[in-house]
Amino acid sequence: MTAVSAPKGKTNKLGLEKTAYRGLESTLCNGCGHDSISSRIIDACFELSIPSERVAKFSGIGCSSKSPAYFLSRSHGFNSLHGRMPAVATGAVMANRTLIGIGVSGDGDTGSIGIGQFKHLIRRNVPMVYIIENNGVYGLTKGQFSATADMGQELKHAGVNELPPIDLCLEALAANCGFVARSFAGDPKQVTTLVKAALSYKGTAVIDIISPCVTFNDRDESTKSYSWGKSHAERIIDATFIPYYEEITVDYEPDVATEVELHDGSHIVLKKLGREHDSTNRLAAIQLLEEAKAKQQFITGLIYIDEHRADLRDIERLPETPLAHLPESSLRPSKDSLAKLMEAMK
Amino acid sequence: MSVVESKASPAPVGSGQPIVNDFSITIGTKNGSGSQTANATVLRALFKMGIPVSGKNLFPSNIQGLPTWYTIRASKDGFVARRVRAEILIAMNKATVIEDAQKLESGGVCIYSDALGYTPMRDDVTFYPIPVGKLSSASGLEGKLKGYAENMVYVGVLASLLGIELDELKNALMWQFKGKAKAVEPNYQTIVAAFEWAKENLVKADPFRVERMDKTTGMIMIDGNTAAALGAIYGGVSFVGWYPITPATSLAEALDFYLPRLRTDPETKQPTYSVVQAEDELAALGMVLGAGWAGCRAMTSTSGPGISLMSEFAGYGYFAEIPAVIWDVQRMGPSTGLPTRVSQGDVLKTYWLGHGDTKHPVLLPGSVKECFEFGWRAFDLAERVQTPVFVLSDLDIGMNQWMSDPFDYPDAPMDRGKVLTQEDLERLGGKWGRYRDLEGDGVGWRTLPGTDHPLAAYFTRGTGHNENAQYTERPDDWETNMERLNRKFETARALAPAPIEDRVEGAEIAFIGYGSVDSAIIEARSRLAAKGIKTSYLRLRALPLSESVGDFVRAHDRTYVVELNTDAQMLQLLRLDTPELATRLFALNHNDGLPLTARWITEAVEKMEA
Repeated sequence: MTAVSAPKGKTNKLGLEKTAYRGLESTLCNGCGHDSISSRIIDACFELSIPSERVAKFSGIGCSSKSPAYFLSRSHGFNSLHGRMPAVATGAVMANRTLIGIGVSGDGDTGSIGIGQFKHLIRRNVPMVYIIENNGVYGLTKGQFSATADMGQELKHAGVNELPPIDLCLEALAANCGFVARSFAGDPKQVTTLVKAALSYKGTAVIDIISPCVTFNDRDESTKSYSWGKSHAERIIDATFIPYYEEITVDYEPDVATEVELHDGSHIVLKKLGREHDSTNRLAAIQLLEEAKAKQQFITGLIYIDEHRADLRDIERLPETPLAHLPESSLRPSKDSLAKLMEAMK
Repeated sequence: MSVVESKASPAPVGSGQPIVNDFSITIGTKNGSGSQTANATVLRALFKMGIPVSGKNLFPSNIQGLPTWYTIRASKDGFVARRVRAEILIAMNKATVIEDAQKLESGGVCIYSDALGYTPMRDDVTFYPIPVGKLSSASGLEGKLKGYAENMVYVGVLASLLGIELDELKNALMWQFKGKAKAVEPNYQTIVAAFEWAKENLVKADPFRVERMDKTTGMIMIDGNTAAALGAIYGGVSFVGWYPITPATSLAEALDFYLPRLRTDPETKQPTYSVVQAEDELAALGMVLGAGWAGCRAMTSTSGPGISLMSEFAGYGYFAEIPAVIWDVQRMGPSTGLPTRVSQGDVLKTYWLGHGDTKHPVLLPGSVKECFEFGWRAFDLAERVQTPVFVLSDLDIGMNQWMSDPFDYPDAPMDRGKVLTQEDLERLGGKWGRYRDLEGDGVGWRTLPGTDHPLAAYFTRGTGHNENAQYTERPDDWETNMERLNRKFETARALAPAPIEDRVEGAEIAFIGYGSVDSAIIEARSRLAAKGIKTSYLRLRALPLSESVGDFVRAHDRTYVVELNTDAQMLQLLRLDTPELATRLFALNHNDGLPLTARWITEAVEKMEA
């Protein structure tokens, strides 16, 4: 068992210590990448002073989907069905427009059984953070290939994978996702920044995080292993997140950096690192991912961002009061209205 | 079963004895030909003449070109069930005219388009050929619209032969076209032209007539799916997740139609609801559970195949204890089966939907009025008992036109169930447990996500949990939880709508029925009574079964369970619930895709009683 990190000390704008954002003790394997991601979610929410009571945590089934129990104990959680987290989250965030949705899924939960719901969640632009803890393998059922496993990869029990992988960032882009990021569980700084930016994004924010499975898929030659990630992860974009309540103090050269303002007034400063990539260009993002896939490169960063799409709450014209809080006087039409209807049907 | 009917046979042709307000009309057309407006016009005109009527659409699963039939029954006695045979046929489809005419009652009437090239083949039927093409020219319309107007020709001829009032036909057109003169006029002109033509050219040689009555005064006419949608709206539905499927689609579409009209905030002009068309039924129920968990009154509507896809979520909803309302407008058969035909084949499936010991309250509306009532009541039950509630309608109730007394406004405020607010939690010092049974009814207290209290949260899971919603694999925790769920089911049993009984003094035999077979049972009892056979009747309105059912069965020698499915599903449930009474219960089940008829019930009972 691994205790999810939560050092004590300073308090945030809500006067809360980081311990207030902790969850239960993790029951995942020692060294599991997922625990590190839970810690980053805790960091992000603590540092942004997010009230846990407003967060709703969602997951499907699998090792990844157990993790919502390991962060934000003060938040309601919904550990749903395999591959069906998107539907449940859709209903909940529509029912209460003040909820901040954080979903945690895995590569099997999203890439196989849940690929349809994943795409439709994005198509609807349901406002929530969607984190994929991607390790290329089924852990709870002990070592089968998932749909993100590399072609030609070998696993102890499953043998050799003969099928090409599904790139979940590409799938997200194809479905018109406006926030697509990839990261590595071994890069805590980047994960925290991306989670913060995702929490401020209005719409579905997808973060595909390679999160090594220390038990079934951590051999050095696996592209989902720690050692591969450490030696191959290439940050193509350095994202700096500036919350709405802070001033922008980052210095940057306009030709290597772009500033994106998010709906809540926060900013992301995206700085190119080495290669040419414009994170606001969808076609460039698709090309970048296809090229990286062909060359088996592990690129990380905020690959694409676009805040212009209306989210489902806008599309449905939700009232200011959450649907779940509407009083009977708003929910039940008058007696007179029924009498009129009946009269019209006579 | 034999289809010979003696009592209701009309008088022979030429006997001169009129038959007033007591016959069925079958209109045979092709689907996509636009005949629905014409049929609805006739139905409404008769209804507004005060004559009890019902209208049923027997249609194929097809967009255009296949045979479709509409039946209108007029009954001075108020019987609205389907009849096996019609007395009057309007034949507009070449492909079916021969067979349709063969099915007419002896002494019946066949009005047919002269364009069918049909030669009458029966001596015991009165035939009236009509020049449909020529008469539809009176509409002044051309092309496709003229084709639609052809349907108005048979309306005019029928009006002339039966004595349907032209004014009421015009009113019916006005009602249908919402007063748009441009649509009403050409259609009405066609009706009048055909009416005049028939008066001039046809010699009435049949006994069928209509006369104004006062038996529909104050009544409405509506289909069950619209009634269900209205019920849900008056029940405060605030989230709908759904996926199109016949015959449930029109329920969601009625929600889409009426919600903006009834549930737009007058000040902000914003909706007080959200309707999301999901990618499949699986997602539809997932969304509904998410919304119900977060505090909405959430529902979905579907039919058999959709129910199958909802299975895993239904089990989750039962175990995690989330309120939801699921309408199943039943259709025929496993798989696609006969998607446009009626059946009551989902009783066992919905009752036990899920895996690993699940069971659900199931409401069984027997009329459009109950579709409305259960539409709102289902939410009260779901939130009170914190569980998915199914409502089992069917294609006959859901999609056909029924007369009804106006619907009653909900007689009680909404019951939102046991929900702890921030203030409650402060009062309790944060001490609470999601699945603690404090009142002994098996129902715990829940908090809604977003409740602003550090101890408000709990973790909802399909995995084993204790009364504090914590993960557990302890055997005693599991058993305690399942025992509480059983206790909760007993709470649901007590709260669910009770059966409606009509015990008749001296009756040795009885019927148990539910849902759309009600109208056929009512008529069958009348027929049997006329033959000196007294019957009692209990109409089930919900599962789990009320404890009063056993008393009812015990009070009769033989109880026939009438239902529209092959496996006698409700009978099986009754035998499970009251095994000691199993030998007093008999199956009277039928499953041919058509609404049940009184004749079938009467003959089946006579045969079994013989």
